Amino acid sequence: MTIEQISVFVENAPGRLLEIMETLGNAGIDLRALSIGDTARFGVLRLIVKDPQKAVTVLRAADYVISVTPVLAVSLEDTPGSLVKILRLLSDAAITVEYLYAFAARKKNSAYVVFRVEDNALASAVLESGGVKVAGAAEIYDALS
Amino acid sequence: MRMEGLVSPDSSRRGRSLEAVHYTQGNLWKNALFGYGEAMKYFQPDRECASYDAMRQLQSERFVKTVRHAYDAVPFYRESMAKKGLTPEDIRSLDDLSKLPFLSKDDLRESYPYGLLAVPRSRVVRIQSTSGTTGKRVVAFYTQTDIERWDECCARAIVAAGGSRDDVVHVSYGYGLFTGGPGLNGGSHKLGSMTLPMSSGNTERQIQFMCDLGSTILCCTPSYAAYLAESVMQQGVRDKIALKAGIFGAEAWSEEMRRDIEDKLGIKAYDIYGLTEISGPGVSFECSEQTGMHINEDYFAAEIIDPHTGEVLPDGSKGELVLTTIAKEAFPILRYRTRDICVLSRKPCSCGRTLLKMGRLMGRTDDMLIIRGVNVFPSQIETVLLKGGYSPNYLIIVDRVNHSDTFEVQVELTPEMFSDTVRKIAARESELLASMRSMLGISPKVTLVAPRSIARSEGKAVRVIDKRKI
Repeated sequence: MTIEQISVFVENAPGRLLEIMETLGNAGIDLRALSIGDTARFGVLRLIVKDPQKAVTVLRAADYVISVTPVLAVSLEDTPGSLVKILRLLSDAAITVEYLYAFAARKKNSAYVVFRVEDNALASAVLESGGVKVAGAAEIYDALS
Repeated sequence: MRMEGLVSPDSSRRGRSLEAVHYTQGNLWKNALFGYGEAMKYFQPDRECASYDAMRQLQSERFVKTVRHAYDAVPFYRESMAKKGLTPEDIRSLDDLSKLPFLSKDDLRESYPYGLLAVPRSRVVRIQSTSGTTGKRVVAFYTQTDIERWDECCARAIVAAGGSRDDVVHVSYGYGLFTGGPGLNGGSHKLGSMTLPMSSGNTERQIQFMCDLGSTILCCTPSYAAYLAESVMQQGVRDKIALKAGIFGAEAWSEEMRRDIEDKLGIKAYDIYGLTEISGPGVSFECSEQTGMHINEDYFAAEIIDPHTGEVLPDGSKGELVLTTIAKEAFPILRYRTRDICVLSRKPCSCGRTLLKMGRLMGRTDDMLIIRGVNVFPSQIETVLLKGGYSPNYLIIVDRVNHSDTFEVQVELTPEMFSDTVRKIAARESELLASMRSMLGISPKVTLVAPRSIARSEGKAVRVIDKRKI
């Protein structure tokens, strides 16, 4: 089970992030989670939103370069060390994590971690067989609203 | 018009016979009158396919006359020739061309406005002016005959691009002082094609007219053609346009940019060359072979020189193009240093024209950037970008910080190049950097910017911002 992440190219210039946020805000897009990967020269903004299709349409119309990537979301207990178990499972299966970011859920006393790996199906199977539940889109959007 | 020089006693032995010339002309005339027969191949076959000897003789006669005319009418030429100890008697044929002093752009600027005018003002019917992209304007003058000859040159270019009076010629060069619009407009009129004087700008309307009126030949700058192509794709109207050819000039462009425009618009794209100082577009034009531009030698004499020493180089050498007008009345120009870098060639052309060919412009001596001591032409960067699948819209920013040059190239990112993974974009960036380094010999800082964020031009594109104060 995967959820859709929208990535947006961000030029390294003052006000670029603000412009993107305004574009989304004006279109009534609700952000669920956000992270930025960056170099000295540019950044990649990664978003989880409730209505990915609408966000894609709005961003494309405003001439942003974007991509939609399926990523894995895993729910964790909001306690110290809970991420270790998951990383251990992936590491033992020789799965490289390209990047990850975490966010706290509003309704439950839990957190979610979003993983970007090369092979989602393989990573899902490894996690499930290790007793880690991979969250679906409905759960994520519900947990976050 | 007189046919001086073509009636040379031995021209029938060495090249096309005069009978053949007249025969072709007769057919051409019939086609024009009755609109039947095969498609027009040349506008003026007697000139465009003349034998070398006949053309050389015509050039010599016209050149000698032009020097006499310039010397008599323009004090500037009298003085500059006197400085070299020359009088018109020393100029007996085209072989004496290299005896004359060069004329520089500064000479033209200093002669502003009427300094080089060679006829009474009452005979001037038109004034055009340079765009002033590189400094102060230069004004040029035309008599009625000058305009007619200029129109002929442009008509030859349109025919060489496959045009005839059945075509709809869509002129999106600027009209006004800029020679682009009036030149192609005049050529299209001369040919008898339906002429659409669109001028530049208002892209929406350009595309609407293109669709509604069935434009078949587009004339504009290559950067505007690329912009129009992009807009046509975006609006999804490629199926609704009837373009078959484009005549694009007034800017140096690369072979990759040509292919890009050709693919996007589904046309053949032809280069055209000219400059206001000499007349305007149509000094030379490309033919079906698309391997260089035929110089209208019955009106212009061309040389290639070493830009540093001024020495004349043999055909086939790369150097600065020097042009002399040999049939202009109002504004005769002797040995003008164009600052355009190219190669001249007399290799036979498959199109059948015998006119001297100049290769694609390889840059200008004055848009050539010297960065950290290395010569850089913007066209080289364009080539790298298009080969790598990037947009041909780029911006070069050069500055000097702590006595050392900084060199940045801003490149528009395409959706295909983007990834959610920073590592992958960085890898593409390094690849691009490596190809730039191998092309240029120095490393620019490459900055990826959002698509369509570099200003599109509707005339001459601004490709270079040089902030250095040297």
